[in-house]
Amino acid sequence: MDYVVEMLNIRKEFPGIVANDNITLQLKRGEVHALLGENGAGKSTLMGMLFGMYHPDLGSIKINGSEVKIANPNVANDLGIGMVHQHFKLVHNFTTTQNIILGIEPKKGLTVDIKSATTKVAELSKRYGLNVDPSAKIEDISVGMQQRVEILKMLYRNAEILIFDEPTAVLTPQEINDLMEIMKNLIQEGKSIILITHKLKEIKAVADRCTVIRRGKYIGTVDVKSTSEMEMAKMMVGRPVSFKVTKIPSTPKDTILKIDNLCVQNNKKVLGLKNFSLEVRAGEIVGIAGVEGNGQSELVEAITGLRKIESGSVVVKDQPINTLSVKKRIDMGIAHIPEDRHKRGLILDYTVEDNMILEIYHKEPFSRYKLLNRPAIHSYADKIIADFDVRAGEGGASYARSLSGGNQQKAIIGREIALDPDLLIAVQPTRGLDVGSIEYIHKRLIEQRDKGKAVLLVSLELDEVMNVSDRIAIVNNGELIGIVQASETNENEIGLMMAGVKGEDRHE
Amino acid sequence: MNKAGIISLISVFLGLLAGAVLMIITGHNPFVGFMYLIQGGTLTLERIGNTLATATPLILTGLSVTFAFKTGLFNIGTPGQMLFGGFCATAVGLTSNLPSILLLPLMLLAGFLGGALFAFIPGLLKAVFNVHEVVSSIMMNWISFWIVYYTIQAYFKGNMETESRLLADSATLRAPWLSNLFGGSYINLGLLIAILCVAVVAFILNKTTFGYELKSVGFNRHAAEYGGISVNKNIILSMMISGGLAGLAGVMQYAGNANNIQIGVMPSQGFDGIAVALLGGITPIGSLFSALFFGLLYSGRGFMNAMTDVPPEIADTIIATIIYFAATSILVERLLDKFSKSRKTAQLSEATTADPLYPDSSEKNTEDKGDN
Ligand SMILES: Nc1ncnc2c1ncn2[C@@H]1O[C@H](COP(=O)(O)OP(=O)(O)OP(=O)(O)O)[C@@H](O)[C@H]1O
Ligand SMILES: [Mg+2]
Repeated sequence: MDYVVEMLNIRKEFPGIVANDNITLQLKRGEVHALLGENGAGKSTLMGMLFGMYHPDLGSIKINGSEVKIANPNVANDLGIGMVHQHFKLVHNFTTTQNIILGIEPKKGLTVDIKSATTKVAELSKRYGLNVDPSAKIEDISVGMQQRVEILKMLYRNAEILIFDEPTAVLTPQEINDLMEIMKNLIQEGKSIILITHKLKEIKAVADRCTVIRRGKYIGTVDVKSTSEMEMAKMMVGRPVSFKVTKIPSTPKDTILKIDNLCVQNNKKVLGLKNFSLEVRAGEIVGIAGVEGNGQSELVEAITGLRKIESGSVVVKDQPINTLSVKKRIDMGIAHIPEDRHKRGLILDYTVEDNMILEIYHKEPFSRYKLLNRPAIHSYADKIIADFDVRAGEGGASYARSLSGGNQQKAIIGREIALDPDLLIAVQPTRGLDVGSIEYIHKRLIEQRDKGKAVLLVSLELDEVMNVSDRIAIVNNGELIGIVQASETNENEIGLMMAGVKGEDRHE
Repeated sequence: MNKAGIISLISVFLGLLAGAVLMIITGHNPFVGFMYLIQGGTLTLERIGNTLATATPLILTGLSVTFAFKTGLFNIGTPGQMLFGGFCATAVGLTSNLPSILLLPLMLLAGFLGGALFAFIPGLLKAVFNVHEVVSSIMMNWISFWIVYYTIQAYFKGNMETESRLLADSATLRAPWLSNLFGGSYINLGLLIAILCVAVVAFILNKTTFGYELKSVGFNRHAAEYGGISVNKNIILSMMISGGLAGLAGVMQYAGNANNIQIGVMPSQGFDGIAVALLGGITPIGSLFSALFFGLLYSGRGFMNAMTDVPPEIADTIIATIIYFAATSILVERLLDKFSKSRKTAQLSEATTADPLYPDSSEKNTEDKGDN
């Protein structure tokens, strides 16, 4: 058999945890090989070893049949291995070309030969249908485009083996489709791909085979065509997973959040949210559907106090909060699962334990007379960790940085739900979570609702919005297009509204 | 011992090694040189006392830089803050007739507030206008320098053009019992105050909600803001406390080690604070030990100079080299990783503790281990 990569009996320990325990993964030439596993199963760790960021404690790696030691990412590059990390490594005020050639600049005498580089980048971009503008600045292009720049970076270095670590978690549905096409092109050009994703649909769409790992252990490798999504999910979690969310009809009560004619500026200093009005009542989940960048972030940040309100009002529990500080809003019972877990959600250099008290460190029993009360913090964090199944090598004492992406997310969700807020704002709550965790988080959101709390759910995933919400507000270009009952709508209707077609126009 | 401590020790070792090489090149015996360098700072009780006295302001400037660092701020204005703090204390000491027991606390307070004032301005500029604190605090150094220069000459001039009048003994931190204990050295109460400050700062940073806030802002200000922590308030407070500590260093220097203020020189202890903090691994306790070490080098170099013909510049070079290695501790860290790695390949099954992540881990706060 013609394997380009063989990772044989790999073992890797971190303090307190065996991240990889005797794992074997074999990549055939010209295939897309999916790597599936729960949050913290050890996928990124395994790929980190293939890319030279970590070193296996035991086991061997073969590239094109010969055993190699991959000491660092440069060695990996030389072996033709490239990796797209979920969090891109781009210099924001450089152009795409400058980013791509960074570290291997072509020289012409003493100067960088940017011209020939630009031509080469343009050629590559065309050949693989990437549509990247070689001279655009990174800060001016979309996340999806940035990812393509990362792909070009690998191709420019002549990588034959491409690793994608959860590439779709940050993409819009359209961008995901495009990426799938790009992957097919790459395969046709003779590349081989390892794809990490939690979305079984995507595995079904592009992958040939799929290796499943669970809690660091190898479970098996299956042929994707002949295996159902259900079966893969079961292999990965170890129990059957239901994809449908079950919930009783909602019984909304008092209005908790009332937004009236809200206008908010975006980062470019123009109105990102225009005359937006919405109510969320106790005991209901209102979903916001829309393509990324259509005012969702502005809305959420205006409610939570992270962004200035231009005009209009936000009222929570009959109290205007337009000018209240973030702290006051938190104390009023607003909790927020942020969209960017590394920017807002976590202090990566704090332990998990310290992260769990980010909003309540100044309250009893976590502090008294301004002194932190360690035992109380400890047991509070332990409870969240247990409730939300946050897996970390050393429990609450682990640094947030060392957690797998999905476990970081679970820790944040746990922290926010543990505040038992009257209004929970959940932005992309299940980004990067495995199917089992998604099921659990959805259950918890609905449980909040059933306890009589208000939930505002912002998600780019239509499935999630439609399954979890009771009502759905659709935004386009910063404006509210319409509000529909989740039980009375369908993907088509919402899709049209997301594109800016108003309800009335359609019914005529 | 933790990793930061090991890195500091390696930095010291490499610095001493470089010094030894220099001595060999210039035709001196490094063992003899080092022997006198160390003896110069430790041979007698008096010398030990002087070493401790030399270290006293350094402890505080190191602590000052450390404190700001914890909030993600680079306070490079310590010389100016130290000078101005010392000046305020001196002004109080020269103009008031209070008994020692009241006067000294008042001088310490004046010193603290003076330093805090000069750090408040860069803090405010940072918080409100996002002016980088390095730029504004360097400029504050010169403002402090010239204000003190002018005011001393105009109102407090002493026997010489370049210094203030002498403080009465009762208006300094000198304590005969302490001085006598150390064979008449110029050690003074400043040392005890400095050690107390180390303990207080360590306590604030590690045990209090205020410390939690400061470090949150330092590690990730976006997340701090999200958590309801006022970023601006903490930046300003952190700068002020940092400046206050530097101001106290000024009191130690000008109303403890000396008894008047020199004008026309920027106190070198201010900039040395950066080195002390770096070598101390940006921790309060680390600052204490690294300041003592610098104190030893500074007070031993004169003796080395007198007893051998090794020029005192060698001691300065050693200090500079150590600073260099401490400042580039990333390199030392890499080296350390390399060593532990090559040992590890011998016994593969041993668990790994530390992994080098990316070469570009400088952007720690916004990037994670790049996975997921
Ligand atoms: N640098 C590290 N130090 C300590 N522990 C680590 C480190 N990196 C990963 N781990 C631990 O190893 C385990 C596997 O992590 P890994 O990131 O490989 O998971 P993953 O399968 O990629 O999960 P996810 O789907 O959530 O991204 C986790 O329990 C994590 O806490
Ligand atoms: Mg991962």
